[in-house]
Amino acid sequence: MSILIIAEHDNAEIKGATLNTLTAAAKMGDSVDILIAGSGCSGAAEAAAALPGVRSVKLADSAEYANQLAENVAPLLVQLAGDYSHLVAPATTNGKNLMPRVAALLDVMAISDISDVVDADTFERPIYAGNVLSVIKSNDATKVITVRTTKFAAAEAAGGSASIDSIDGSGDTGLATFEGQDLTQSDRPELTSAKVVVSGGRGMQNGDNFAMLDELAGKLNAAVGASRAAVDAGFVPNDYQVGQTGKVVAPDLYIAIGISGAIQHLAGMKDSKTIVAINNDEEAPIFQVADYGLVMDLFDAVPQFTAALD
Amino acid sequence: MKILVTCKRVLDPYVKARVKADGTGVNLDNVKMAMNPFDEIAIEEAIRMREAGKADEIVAVSIGAAKTEETLRTALAMGADRAVHVVTEDDIEPLGVAKVLKSLVESEQPGLVIMGKQAIDGDSNQAGQMLAALLGWAQGTNVSNVELDGDTANITREIDGGLERLALKMPCVLTSDLRLNEPRYASLPNIMKAKKKPMDKKPIDELGVDTAPRQTLVSVSEPPPRAAGVKVASVDELVDKLKNEAQVI
Ligand SMILES: Cc1cc2nc3c(=O)[nH]c(=O)nc-3n(C[C@H](O)[C@H](O)[C@H](O)COP(=O)(O)OP(=O)(O)OC[C@H]3O[C@@H](n4cnc5c(N)ncnc54)[C@H](O)[C@@H]3O)c2cc1C
Ligand SMILES: Nc1ncnc2c1ncn2[C@@H]1O[C@H](COP(=O)(O)O)[C@@H](O)[C@H]1O
Repeated sequence: MSILIIAEHDNAEIKGATLNTLTAAAKMGDSVDILIAGSGCSGAAEAAAALPGVRSVKLADSAEYANQLAENVAPLLVQLAGDYSHLVAPATTNGKNLMPRVAALLDVMAISDISDVVDADTFERPIYAGNVLSVIKSNDATKVITVRTTKFAAAEAAGGSASIDSIDGSGDTGLATFEGQDLTQSDRPELTSAKVVVSGGRGMQNGDNFAMLDELAGKLNAAVGASRAAVDAGFVPNDYQVGQTGKVVAPDLYIAIGISGAIQHLAGMKDSKTIVAINNDEEAPIFQVADYGLVMDLFDAVPQFTAALD
Repeated sequence: MKILVTCKRVLDPYVKARVKADGTGVNLDNVKMAMNPFDEIAIEEAIRMREAGKADEIVAVSIGAAKTEETLRTALAMGADRAVHVVTEDDIEPLGVAKVLKSLVESEQPGLVIMGKQAIDGDSNQAGQMLAALLGWAQGTNVSNVELDGDTANITREIDGGLERLALKMPCVLTSDLRLNEPRYASLPNIMKAKKKPMDKKPIDELGVDTAPRQTLVSVSEPPPRAAGVKVASVDELVDKLKNEAQVI
């Protein structure tokens, strides 16, 4: 088995999701390489080389990978695929965008969002918003996989000393052009890796009221998330959405405030270690998964909660 | 311009999936089925493009068993002009779906394909990217805004850190995210009209594409339910439990 991890990075550094992916990859076999495809990305390559247990870093530093467009990165992976039994990426929006394109070019199925590795060919993955766990065996020669990062612990980020091999770019397909990004600015920890998450729903009533959650989150060193209803209503940006079709989180503590607990929301947070729900409707389904439920008006409860943490 | 849109018949999103007693799959007998919500959004977007004079024909495609016809009738009632039902009793994997769609794209020659980002049964999030790969086209996944400008689709996509803007060469494949639009309901007169719109039925074998499964289902199970928790009476009690019992703060 030899495995190629497609790193999540911003050219300067590798993202945390790569560390969880490394843990998953190590369960598939022991020869693990990491691809850094980017532009001006030697910083990310050096960080990847320091990961323990990595054999070598493949560095594709070329203008056509600057924004990691799937149209340009997929042909590079097709060139490299011959040397590997497994191509593995985190199930981030990047990974989910890229890997099925690679799989189709290789004429293999992709295996999305795995939650466990049974053996090198057999994987567990949640379906139906996590209400069902399926185990599937892949009969394809190359396994193209995305990894649900919350299901695998983060690997150590230091201690290794892999070699870095530069590889040539595969050219710009000219199919897509990057025009810009609007990234959400926040000084809170990142949602998918935070130890504590405070999420607000439609019950928050408007975007201004989220300031209350920011304050609570500040005391807990928590990330702030939201339900789809809160995002759709424009209270917070899209990247706050937790759920089946948003982000999957599994912090030590998840606090759901003014969220009813629809199937699709639970899909994104029910693996959290401890769940707290604050809702004034005692029948809200969120209480069925909450370890601690507080039936109370959130506009009373949240300020009290914040004050109690002083 | 012609737009091809896809729609899958899935378990209604508000019905909880249950594993069959014999553990061979998910029970889909006598349960409410619906059009995949992302595909409703895809169809709505195509209709808006036609209303804006950017498209003149919308062809809705679905791959599935006999009852899939109902889903396609919904697409027609929303406003698609005609439907193609690729008939099969088998569950077709996303790669097979992409191959079927590629063959239809070759015969229909659309200028744009709009799909959902994810079918909410298998939660694969693959078929759109795979179709774009097989056609050698650009892909715009998770799109929350689309502006067509001549041979270019200017799109906004939802990404982990926020939003990304791309210019895609057309023809291309787009996959819808939740905030692309709010799909319309089919009105009663339109439901009646939809009954007369053309629906082409193609047995999957006639397309001559390889849709044989690449994966074997080993097992399905329901994850263990979370143990019931407790209600606390006050914020102070909550803080006390979090500190001393759960020890998470
Ligand atoms: C295809 C599809 C995908 C979806 N994906 C997602 C997803 O990824 N994530 C997601 O979250 N949803 C998703 N949804 C939507 C989901 O079905 C629900 O509609 C959504 O989660 C509801 O959000 P909510 O709980 O904030 O709103 P509501 O259901 O309206 O609940 C608001 C809650 O706030 C409480 N409340 C109101 N005022 C107060 C107050 N003053 N104090 C205390 N409590 C109060 C109410 O009692 C209520 O329980 C998806 C739906 C579909 C169809
Ligand atoms: N059997 C099918 N018939 C029609 N469209 C499908 C089918 N399966 C998948 N699709 C389309 O592909 C999208 C992504 O599906 P998936 O890759 O299975 O998550 C869906 O939103 C549909 O638009």
